Amino acid sequence: MNHHVNDYDADHESVYDGLLGGDASQWAFGTDFEDPLAGMDTSVPAGLDAAELADLCLRLGDDALVYSHRLAEWCSNAPDLEEDIALANIALDLLGQARLLLARAAAASPGLVPVLPEGSPVPVEDRLAFFRDDHDFRNVRFVEPENGDFAVTITRLLLFATHRLAVLERLRAHPDAVLAAIAAKGVKEVAYHRDYGGRWFVTLAQGTDESRRRLLAALETVFPLYDELLATGVADVRDEVEVVVDQVLAVAGVERPDVKPIGGARHTEALSRMLAEMQVVARAHPLGVW
Amino acid sequence: MTVTHEDELQEQFDATIARHDRIEPRDWMPEGYRKTLVRQIAQHAHSEIIGMQPEGNWITRAPSLRRKAILLAKVQDEAGHGLYLYSATETLGASRRELTDMLISGKQKYSSIFNYPTLSYADVGTIGWLVDGAAICNQVPLCRTSYGPYGRAMIRICKEESFHQRQGFELLMTMMRGTDEQRAMVQESVDRFWWPALMMFGPPDADSPNTAQSMAWGIKRDTNDELRQKFVDMSVPQAEVLGVTLPDPELRWNDERGHYDFGQPDWEEFAQVVRGAGPCNTQRIAHRKRAHDDGAWVREAATAFAAREI
Repeated sequence: MNHHVNDYDADHESVYDGLLGGDASQWAFGTDFEDPLAGMDTSVPAGLDAAELADLCLRLGDDALVYSHRLAEWCSNAPDLEEDIALANIALDLLGQARLLLARAAAASPGLVPVLPEGSPVPVEDRLAFFRDDHDFRNVRFVEPENGDFAVTITRLLLFATHRLAVLERLRAHPDAVLAAIAAKGVKEVAYHRDYGGRWFVTLAQGTDESRRRLLAALETVFPLYDELLATGVADVRDEVEVVVDQVLAVAGVERPDVKPIGGARHTEALSRMLAEMQVVARAHPLGVW
Repeated sequence: MTVTHEDELQEQFDATIARHDRIEPRDWMPEGYRKTLVRQIAQHAHSEIIGMQPEGNWITRAPSLRRKAILLAKVQDEAGHGLYLYSATETLGASRRELTDMLISGKQKYSSIFNYPTLSYADVGTIGWLVDGAAICNQVPLCRTSYGPYGRAMIRICKEESFHQRQGFELLMTMMRGTDEQRAMVQESVDRFWWPALMMFGPPDADSPNTAQSMAWGIKRDTNDELRQKFVDMSVPQAEVLGVTLPDPELRWNDERGHYDFGQPDWEEFAQVVRGAGPCNTQRIAHRKRAHDDGAWVREAATAFAAREI
């Protein structure tokens, strides 16, 4: 029951000794992995239209970027520590996907990347994320609205992840090896996101009267933009997504809400406000290095 | 329980402490030891949770995607530290729920440093460098603390904290290589955080009533002033490498002592922040209370659902 502790000393007294000098390779940060596609062949395979490939990557990348931003807003605000950690994890996964996809889009079609003053050290992924205006973002409206309560967040997450998982599974066979690799990595991540959303969806549906009431209200809030998500045409996965969504609704014991899809517009009013916040520091320092 | 029996237990406890061995959850321990530990570990856990807010303030404005990922992961680590520490208090019979209520009602404290605002992105770097640096100085000795679950939690936490300090320093180094505006941001941030960082070690030894008992129990291993000195000695060469000035005209090397001499923080300001009148005390607690209250229906739903599944 009593363990000798003296052998910990040598190891743990020194944790802050290595800040100056020494071997930098033990640290992940500050070792220049700025280019997320470092070491990959990013030439566009013969027979593929570079502009189409870039558009596809940008749409998928912007979805991930915008939705990651929303989920990160839960940080320090979640119902419990476990949920705070889980939502941050999902936001981090999507942020990682966004970085890869934006970098892929830029490599395939350099003309997409905003031009900054000469000598700007801002990398291409950040030029795309922080120096494009709202009307140039290609994400679906589904990911833009504010988070709402936990029931709205879970409902939106379940639908988003179910759709994205189906899309990424399809894209694993894409002729562009870079996109195929990004998709393969993403499948593992988004499978967890869908599982997390599904488990909470059922829990809220069958938890208390209040959680069920809030979940039913969330369906009314989230479903009007769902049809646009399915219709984005990145890949036609409508049928397989609907099978999964119907299954979760059945297990949860809730009916699909009777709501009309919202009519066409490029973006919601929420996007430009989100971008104003996201881009404010980067835009104030176009020659800055971070 | 007879008096003799309790005396024997006390003797065994004292012998364990004297051997620098660990006390484990099922071992007998004096009530004062248990209470002191719960207070200290809870205060540490609360600091991790409240500490998510000042840095979390910049997640949505991080100026590059790489920095956004680093910052979000860092703040997430702090939630994880809070979790381990609340788990350690549970081995002493104090639940997360009850401790959270004590935090929100102001009955338990958290580190006063988090009652200062974060006013620029450089603060993310400065908090990593100075605040996490000071926290490491405070916490590394706790890896050897006499209570087993606390010591083991601290080993993991210290490894992550040293990583956090590294990222803060690296952010500041990078900004110092950038534009004049960025260098000015770093200096301004260091000017604001230097003195509050020195206060993180607590009042001078002469005014620290609990230190002697905590050291005798092996809960605390170094005095406030010893740790503060260590922190200053460690930070000065790092500031030189960064190219920033520490805002203390009395700061200079003392050959005789083999340490840096330095000025005293404004202890009146410290007392004021501890009393609850710092710049962000009210805001930090209100934020935690709102998140906790807003989440109540979710926690209730999960409990009800789990009860039905069994």
